Amino acid sequence: MTYIFTYRFIPFSSQGMGFGCEAKLLLLFLLLPYLGIGKTIRVGQGQQFVKIKPALAASHSGDTVVVEKGTYSEGNIVIDKAITFLGHNLPVLDGHRKFEVVSIKSDSVTIRGFRIQHSSYATLDDPGGVKVYESNHITIADNYLYDNFFGIYIQYGKHCLIQNNKIVAFGKEEQQIGNGIHCWKSDSLQIIGNNVSGHRDGIYFEFVTHSVIWRNVSYSNIRYGLHFMFSNDDAYFTNLFRNNGAGVAVMFTKNVVMMNNTFEQNWGDAAYGLLLKEISDAYIQGNRFSQNTSGIYMEGTNRILVEKNSFEANGWGMKIQASCMDNTIQNNNFTGNTFDISTNGTLVLNTFNNNYWDKYEGYDLNKDNLGDVPYHPLSLFSVIVEQNPPAMLLYRSIMVMLLDKSEKILPSLTPENFIDHQPLMHALKL
Amino acid sequence: MSRIIKFIFIDILKNRIVLLYTLLLAGFAWSAFSLEDNSTKGLLTLLNLILLTVPLVSILFSTIYIYNSAEFIELLLSQPIQRKAIWVSLFLGLSLSLVVGFVVGAGIPILVYAPSDVGLMMLAIGCIITVVFVAIAFLSAILSRDKAKGIGISIMLWLYFAILFDGLVLFLTFQFSDYPIEKAMIGISALSPIDISRILILLHLDVSAMMGYTGAVFKDFFGTSLGFALSFFILLLWIAIPFLVSLRRFKHKDL
Repeated sequence: MTYIFTYRFIPFSSQGMGFGCEAKLLLLFLLLPYLGIGKTIRVGQGQQFVKIKPALAASHSGDTVVVEKGTYSEGNIVIDKAITFLGHNLPVLDGHRKFEVVSIKSDSVTIRGFRIQHSSYATLDDPGGVKVYESNHITIADNYLYDNFFGIYIQYGKHCLIQNNKIVAFGKEEQQIGNGIHCWKSDSLQIIGNNVSGHRDGIYFEFVTHSVIWRNVSYSNIRYGLHFMFSNDDAYFTNLFRNNGAGVAVMFTKNVVMMNNTFEQNWGDAAYGLLLKEISDAYIQGNRFSQNTSGIYMEGTNRILVEKNSFEANGWGMKIQASCMDNTIQNNNFTGNTFDISTNGTLVLNTFNNNYWDKYEGYDLNKDNLGDVPYHPLSLFSVIVEQNPPAMLLYRSIMVMLLDKSEKILPSLTPENFIDHQPLMHALKL
Repeated sequence: MSRIIKFIFIDILKNRIVLLYTLLLAGFAWSAFSLEDNSTKGLLTLLNLILLTVPLVSILFSTIYIYNSAEFIELLLSQPIQRKAIWVSLFLGLSLSLVVGFVVGAGIPILVYAPSDVGLMMLAIGCIITVVFVAIAFLSAILSRDKAKGIGISIMLWLYFAILFDGLVLFLTFQFSDYPIEKAMIGISALSPIDISRILILLHLDVSAMMGYTGAVFKDFFGTSLGFALSFFILLLWIAIPFLVSLRRFKHKDL
């Protein structure tokens, strides 16, 4: 039975088997109702079962359990069979702040269409709205997770899909709330189209590999919108991270691809659009950094290619610490930032090529759209502010303007090789 | 009193310098907004105008005007008019004409291109700064009978407030960089009207950078309605104190 069932989850694997095999499979599926497996069990007022737990106990792997509208307060619901668990008209599973609401302890479980709320709070075993324990091929989709300690928690999961969930919590302090989507020691996850707010970290990855995060919205979380730790070979595309306590952090990780994301309104001294710490071989392309205190903050970062991003109206477009090397920053737009670039030392081991800087004042005689005079993106005042933050109060005064202008003509305090040799004359259309 | 104000106002308009000032401001402002692709850069150009040109024109023009009106003032004094009324009308007439010049020259392009809170803030601050420097001009004009000396004092004061003061503050921040001086900096900024004005605009223009730790200290002060009201109150003090001191001296001055 389980053998047949797994094929429903890997439909593509049947392609290589030839026509005969496919036909047999089809036949098997057609016969399923008569074989007595994969039956549908209904739960709700006036249905076969009034409560969920007895229905689950009566079910077998391959069955579908459909829960009708209503509120179900049955403590901790454990799913330990490969079933499809469906909510009809958004039934409510309530943990009354005493229980983990749903625990998944079997492979190939689908849970869809529930409102899951009020999980318990415990820092020792981290209860969640839905928690997956060492299981593979889990689908968690179209649920509304409301006011849980952790929203969705995956631990030792492989090939899981978390899609179109709305996850809302009302955390006040970092210690008293868990993460929206928390993934730990997992592989090949797909996190798609979720909407997370009010948790500690919107999406949290630790030791998660070969996974993709796509089209999620993570906003107003207490700490990070997205938090990566030790998670290699992952990618995140087209997400929106807004107004999180500290922005997005990617740390201690190799081979991360970050494309087409929007990072905006992450404000505060320790808030970054994107914080990169001990990262190597990443690719950052086509992102938009808008109105952050720091667009990108890089520390101990190596061999990263940052291209075709747009930095708009940030306090600092990029803060590149002296511990970074062999990074290439090319073809980006820097517009309306207070400071385009800042650094904390004199050592520069990174390359800037063909970026557009709205503060560039050079000319282009041969009209090839490349400025003929190199541009020094590091202003003297950004160095001064780095050493002496209260000096920020003097920004835009005539004195500071004069200092900056004279430094641009005769660089003495700013590192000489911090330079874009061929800045663009016009902004790229990004 | 209103007749004297009207008289002075018309006299200044006839003088054509204020007219030229208005055209100059308008030229700068319109070109700044139409040449740059975003209105923020236009606002920055205007900010420099407000911090540099507006105080200079206000203080110099007013000082020279007061000295040149010495005979007119003496004539008025021979009439049964209070000294206070003469001095106040002179002040109001000058302030009014320069403020009108600023509003017509720079205000209209601001309202057309950047009718945001930053733009309105700039408009308000430009007007206040004008009046502040008219008041300072009254003080420096009353301090000396000698015209050259009076104008010299005006130029020195402008130089001090516009440029030297910031240099001094920068020097101080480096000298005391080991101490938590953020709050003291707020106090020190109150010592220059140009500084307060600049910071009030800065908090709107560079809001992202100002949300950093140190900036947040400033933002917590200037950004709150109390701090906002307080900084405007200090700007008003910058009008009231120099003018009242000059008024006191004028009342007792042997002309």
